[in-house]
Amino acid sequence: MSNAEMLEIKNLTAGIEDNEILKGINLSIGAGEVHAIMGPNGSGKSTLASVLAGREDFEVTGGEVSFKGHDLLEMEVEERAREGLFLAFQYPVELPGVSMANFLKEAVNSVRSHRGQDALSAVEFIKLMKERAALVDLNPDLKKRAVNEGFSGGEKKRNEIFQLAMLEPSLAILDETDSGLDIDALRIVADGVNRLRSENRSFLVITHYQRLLNYIVPDFVHVLLNGRIVKSGGKDLALKLEEHGYDWIKEELDIAEPA
Amino acid sequence: MSSEKEFLQGVADSEYEYGFVTEIDADTAPRGLSEDTVRLIASKRNEPDWMVEWRLKAFRHWASLAEQKAYPRWAHLKYPDIDFQNISYYSAPNRKPKYNSLDEVDPEVLNTFERLGISLTEQKRLMGVAVDVVMDSVSVATTFKEELAKHGIIFCSFGEAIENHPELVQKYIGSVVPYTDNFYASLNSAVFSDGSFCYIPPGVRCPMELSTYFRINEAGTGQFERTLIIADKGSYVSYLEGCTAPMRDENQLHAAVVEIVAHEDAEVKYSTIQNWYPGNVRGEGGIYNFVTKRGICDGDRSKISWTQLETGSAITWKYPSVILKGNDSVGEFYSVAFTKARQQADTGTKMIHLGRNTSSTIISKGISAGESNNSYRGLVRISSKAENARNFSQCDSLLLGDRCGAHTFPYIEVNNSSGQVEHEATTSKVGEDQIFYCNQRGIGEAEAIKLIVNGFCKEILAELPMEFAVEAQKLLAIELEGSVG
Repeated sequence: MSNAEMLEIKNLTAGIEDNEILKGINLSIGAGEVHAIMGPNGSGKSTLASVLAGREDFEVTGGEVSFKGHDLLEMEVEERAREGLFLAFQYPVELPGVSMANFLKEAVNSVRSHRGQDALSAVEFIKLMKERAALVDLNPDLKKRAVNEGFSGGEKKRNEIFQLAMLEPSLAILDETDSGLDIDALRIVADGVNRLRSENRSFLVITHYQRLLNYIVPDFVHVLLNGRIVKSGGKDLALKLEEHGYDWIKEELDIAEPA
Repeated sequence: MSSEKEFLQGVADSEYEYGFVTEIDADTAPRGLSEDTVRLIASKRNEPDWMVEWRLKAFRHWASLAEQKAYPRWAHLKYPDIDFQNISYYSAPNRKPKYNSLDEVDPEVLNTFERLGISLTEQKRLMGVAVDVVMDSVSVATTFKEELAKHGIIFCSFGEAIENHPELVQKYIGSVVPYTDNFYASLNSAVFSDGSFCYIPPGVRCPMELSTYFRINEAGTGQFERTLIIADKGSYVSYLEGCTAPMRDENQLHAAVVEIVAHEDAEVKYSTIQNWYPGNVRGEGGIYNFVTKRGICDGDRSKISWTQLETGSAITWKYPSVILKGNDSVGEFYSVAFTKARQQADTGTKMIHLGRNTSSTIISKGISAGESNNSYRGLVRISSKAENARNFSQCDSLLLGDRCGAHTFPYIEVNNSSGQVEHEATTSKVGEDQIFYCNQRGIGEAEAIKLIVNGFCKEILAELPMEFAVEAQKLLAIELEGSVG
């Protein structure tokens, strides 16, 4: 790969208690690349996202992950975030009474401070919020609303992309951001993501359906099956999956359905 | 999450930040309580006969209760019986000056307030708040008195009120909280040392927030404040009470009484930040805070609103209440009670609906950490004559950690079928999901918990006057500070 490495996953294994879910993941993502991970239910897609973000529910049992040259697995959740790893949640969490403005001010300034930048002034901050909210067509009045509280399903997903835009990460992981979105909302979210693509920012797009990839066109598509990446290819691979499902891959690999 | 645990442990264990003792000469009565003690207190204060007689009646009532050990025991609180003969009932700074400027105040006193971050000079300059400082039991500095006098507002120490406005004191003292009301109210009525008095004349809107900082200072001395606020017809006043106390090994008894009278179309807003010494992590020491606070909406369309942030004291027993006597009168109670370590709080309100079309709102937020116990106890009573009375109550509890307790004891008595009473209650834990979400956005554990707790309290803090709300947030942040960060 000619591009500078953003994320390098080597033989990663992880699970909950004795149940191994990730059974040796290998994946390299270069700067500016968009990778999609597809796979059927229970293949380990969301587990991979959670492990990369550092959720402690999962135990990493082996392997290495390097993120911009750092040993990712040694870093605390908030250190990963400050270093530029962003996870758009499949199920965004509600923080009752915590205003978006307070929440994001804390978040943005933590990240800025880590980068050696000064905290934004109130005026700069409000301006930034307004500008970035427009990317995903969110009403700028949302600064007064509590984080995800009373947001519709579509608003929650747009809010994730809005936060992505605010925090300007190096690597954004979108965990089934398309789930539960109607076609209009999907287009808004995808447009937002596309505008945030840059040569220094990589994306790992986790999805169930090819549909999203019509809008966010990936450089690489990987198939995750039973805890392993079993096939990689270009964007055409996604179309083939959409048409034929996953069975042909299973046959090709001669793996039985997981019990 | 291990670091979250560490943080919560830190919250649970963090020691009182404002613990120090100011060394000023004090005039302290010997321990023990008898008729002679009551007479001594009254004579030290040069009180008139009617006041002495009232105190003695209260004392006799209290003594009969004490003999039967008729202490209030119904609260969800555990503490040993108090030895009332082992307490000194009077303490006053030796020099009892009347200051014209702060330069004349004992520098030690000023220094104390500097260290608390509530320096009088700053207060005067920045906030335009009239501060009547109660240092132990006797007022030592009053500001902005002249400005208030222009509006005919009386804001002075209770002692001065007895001396200069005896007709008002005689008329109203004990009119809301009679000396027979309860054990601690009787005790206070017998031995109250000083406190604040406030009278707003008809039609006057008090031009500034009135503020009193209470401070307990003498080792082993009980503090028995008494506050009386009278809002005459069509007047308005916002009153602030805030307090911190120095660290103590011994338990200190505090039994205050606050009475508020709101006449026709008058409105009183009473806000409290209570941050007395809560004892150490093992539950040793700390203030016993047994307070009786009650207001009466005496006139039609009057309104009384209590807002409190309770973070201190080893034990808090406190139910700021409103008697809604006037038709169309309004009572409100907004409360945040935060307990940690071994603190115990049993706090809430009583809304007694007597008049027609009266309405009350209760919003209570309890936050428990460490091994503390936090109870909401509230009574909503709608009497038979209270046509179309309405109440809305909401009690939310937030648990930090798994060794603390949150309890809700709502009592509802409705004797008029036109009454409407709504009660909502929730209990939640700060979720790992919420912490993870914050962490994933770069926010550390400590800041995440602060954000979540502040969010939880938001609607209450919003009820506090601006400058108080800022202090309240600062105080909550300090309370939440632990070993992390």
